[in-house]
Amino acid sequence: MSDLPPIALPPDTRSPDASLAQRLLRDPLGLVSLVFLGVVVLAAVFAPLLTSHDPGVAVLQDVLGDPGDGHLLGGDSAGRDVFARLLYGSRFSLLGAALALAVAVLVGGVSGLVAGYFGKWFDTLASGAAAVLMALPGMVVLLAARSVIGSSAWWAMAIFGILLSASVFRLVRQTVQSVRNELYVDAARVAGLSDLRIIFRHVLRVVRAPIIIQAGFIASVAIAIQAGLEFLGLGDMSIPTWGSMLNDGFSRIYQQPLLILWPSLTIALVCLALTLVANALRDALESTSSRRRAVTLAVPVDTVDETSPAAGTAPTADDDRTVLRVEGLRVGYAMPDGSTKEIVHGIDLDVRRGEVVGLIGESGSGKTQSAFAVMKLLPEGGGILGGRVLWKGRDLARLSERDMTRIRGKEIAYVPQEPMSNLDPSFTIGTQLVEPMRIHLGLNRAQARTRAIELLGRVGIQNPERVFRSHPHQVSGGMAQRVLIAGAISCEPELLIADEPTTALDVTVQADILDLLRDLQDDFDMGVLLVTHNFGVVADLCDRVAVMREGHIVERGSTRDIFVAHEHPYTTQLFDAILTPENTRHPYQAPYLPTAPRTEASTS
Amino acid sequence: MTEPLLQMRDVVVEYPSKGLRSKPFRALKGVSLDIRPGECVGLVGESGSGKTTLGRAVLGLAPVTGGSIRFDGRELTAMSSRERRGMGSDIQVVFQDPYTSLNPSMTIGDILAEPLTARDVGRKAAQSRVAELLEQVRLPADAARRLPREFSGGQRQRVAIARALALDPRLIICDEPVSALDLSTQARVLDLFVEIQERTGVAYLFVTHDLEVVRNVSHRVAVMYQGEIVERGETADVTSAPEHPYTQRLWMASPVPDPVAQERRRAERQRLLAVQAEQDQQAGAVA
Repeated sequence: MSDLPPIALPPDTRSPDASLAQRLLRDPLGLVSLVFLGVVVLAAVFAPLLTSHDPGVAVLQDVLGDPGDGHLLGGDSAGRDVFARLLYGSRFSLLGAALALAVAVLVGGVSGLVAGYFGKWFDTLASGAAAVLMALPGMVVLLAARSVIGSSAWWAMAIFGILLSASVFRLVRQTVQSVRNELYVDAARVAGLSDLRIIFRHVLRVVRAPIIIQAGFIASVAIAIQAGLEFLGLGDMSIPTWGSMLNDGFSRIYQQPLLILWPSLTIALVCLALTLVANALRDALESTSSRRRAVTLAVPVDTVDETSPAAGTAPTADDDRTVLRVEGLRVGYAMPDGSTKEIVHGIDLDVRRGEVVGLIGESGSGKTQSAFAVMKLLPEGGGILGGRVLWKGRDLARLSERDMTRIRGKEIAYVPQEPMSNLDPSFTIGTQLVEPMRIHLGLNRAQARTRAIELLGRVGIQNPERVFRSHPHQVSGGMAQRVLIAGAISCEPELLIADEPTTALDVTVQADILDLLRDLQDDFDMGVLLVTHNFGVVADLCDRVAVMREGHIVERGSTRDIFVAHEHPYTTQLFDAILTPENTRHPYQAPYLPTAPRTEASTS
Repeated sequence: MTEPLLQMRDVVVEYPSKGLRSKPFRALKGVSLDIRPGECVGLVGESGSGKTTLGRAVLGLAPVTGGSIRFDGRELTAMSSRERRGMGSDIQVVFQDPYTSLNPSMTIGDILAEPLTARDVGRKAAQSRVAELLEQVRLPADAARRLPREFSGGQRQRVAIARALALDPRLIICDEPVSALDLSTQARVLDLFVEIQERTGVAYLFVTHDLEVVRNVSHRVAVMYQGEIVERGETADVTSAPEHPYTQRLWMASPVPDPVAQERRRAERQRLLAVQAEQDQQAGAVA
């Protein structure tokens, strides 16, 4: 028992952080925006080096002066250098935005963390406060604050930060609540970590990214609001800011139209850059979590090559009960680097009417991909690379999506693994059953309703009319699977493809569903292609079975033959792994426990 | 007779319901169960039967509102949260889903060192302990530097087992630890569980819905139904000759991987269901 083989690991891959930065830099808009923001910040810091003019000194002869002539962007209404004011102004505008941002993140972040993690009365209180803050009109609050505490730009920005903290609070609280229920947090709790440690080790990591993204948006709003206040003449007029420059430019718009251009351009570009950086960051982060889904179709995988195996005639040739014949089917996915990865390497399979064919294999064997390829329902990036899927003399692999839609659901039906996620939570079960029947069978509303209720009764639902009116969340998983089966058989299909139809269900429910499938298959004389990893299910239901491994069918035969006399070593390996009653554990004996050498970890 | 390591008496777990006046939901309705040192007790039932809740109650992750849970003579339900945290070195857990039970952004080394650092074990000592743990669960030493996403389900579950073993616990709650695994992986992980138990003398509360799994790892079995234990006994007895009608139905529902035997089992199940329906009818007529 102890000589288990060592476990091989795939080769090491790059660290995720490096690739995050790389992805961010690969986004041209994000990169340009990041560089622009960097330049603005540097310009603000090194303003005295970039201009010799003092932003506050008025020179009479430069009043409304044109650009050039010692003043790069000319002079304003008081004869101050516009370029210098723009540079020095960015100090106050950026610092003001930074202050608002810091207050928002600190107040919103900490309260969101506490409310999300500990909940209880603090959550109720803080959520209420956040709702009130969100309902307050920001501009009005700032105007009121100004009349009480005076014209300080810093106070205004701090107050604005508190108003903005509500959005940070909501974001953080929601993120923390979902992390708190993760099993790895439970495991940390069981390991004896204190709440503070759990927050630092597990929770903050997850909250970090959304806060950084939100920060970009908050900073841009803060800059805009700040400029708005100053434009209204409510800012501190003694310091140069972008907003006060706007105000000045607006009042002289007829005499010197260029004056308003510079501050508005700066404000617009900075806000735009902040938003774009935030967007780029979000895209970069989201593509880490779903690397496989983000694959785009680099090659038109659906163009089947013509080198498919020997041209056969229609599947009626040898047996007129054969409904589906798959020949040399190859399925692949487009990879991010433009190549194609083949995962099903040319399988042959046929299904006759009134017969259940099992496709058994472990995860990653390609069994589900093969079934999806028959229906042409492969996820994005996937497609049929070669081979034929013969259905009543037509090759589905070459059929257009339009023609396929007519076959899917009507002639070939599908029962999924997760019944709940395949029902739309916002519609009643009845609506979801009636709709396909009206399209495929051309029934009117009343006819379709009668038939749907009949079908619900047929699949063993006790009170079909009540279930017809229910929403998916009101029924159990087993019931939902019955509903989906009712939907699948509603158009009397000739082939039913069931992808692990009982894996998500309890054993007792599984047994009921298997009985139901057997019944229906008899009644409707359907062919069934059953994808599963459970030999018990195969033994119960299947007439024939094909064993898949790494994209190949390694063995096939009648169920009895495969169970009694399998030949392929992989099949043998699978059968050996089945737990049998012969291995029943021996009764308990008190262990001889020597004073076990416990590690210092547990004794300290 | 060996003294029980874990002693549960009439344990009640209630979750508060939404709404002010609605009754709380009773997930456990007074459950009693003992586990001896080095013993594996299988806990079987359907989803919603309360079997997972029972494990979480022992771990301090479910609200126990009645009864007592004693571990090695100490009452768990009366402990402060600080004392409870200290129990981490005695009671550990392996969850069902190896995909969500490991923090995706931490390396395997950090994950395994976590319980150690919580007890202020030095960096060096923690590192060598991590290497030891990886060897125990038959993972290569360089696994420590990698992230969970580079591992398959079975390998991740080995990591989760290693984490549970880090503090040399005396009891591990195993919550459906092989249900999410592939067939061939499942058998090997089960072997690992048994081997570790025989070597270290750790006790398991093994929660599962799979009759064959329970038969292979447990010394004793308890069957749960609607928050109560309806049958219990030695594994061989309960699995071969179940007495409670619910246990009988449960056993007959799980398909055997043998077409001929399965046909017999199917017939037997139909008979049991018919008997049950008849009894229900009679009960209805009397009432």
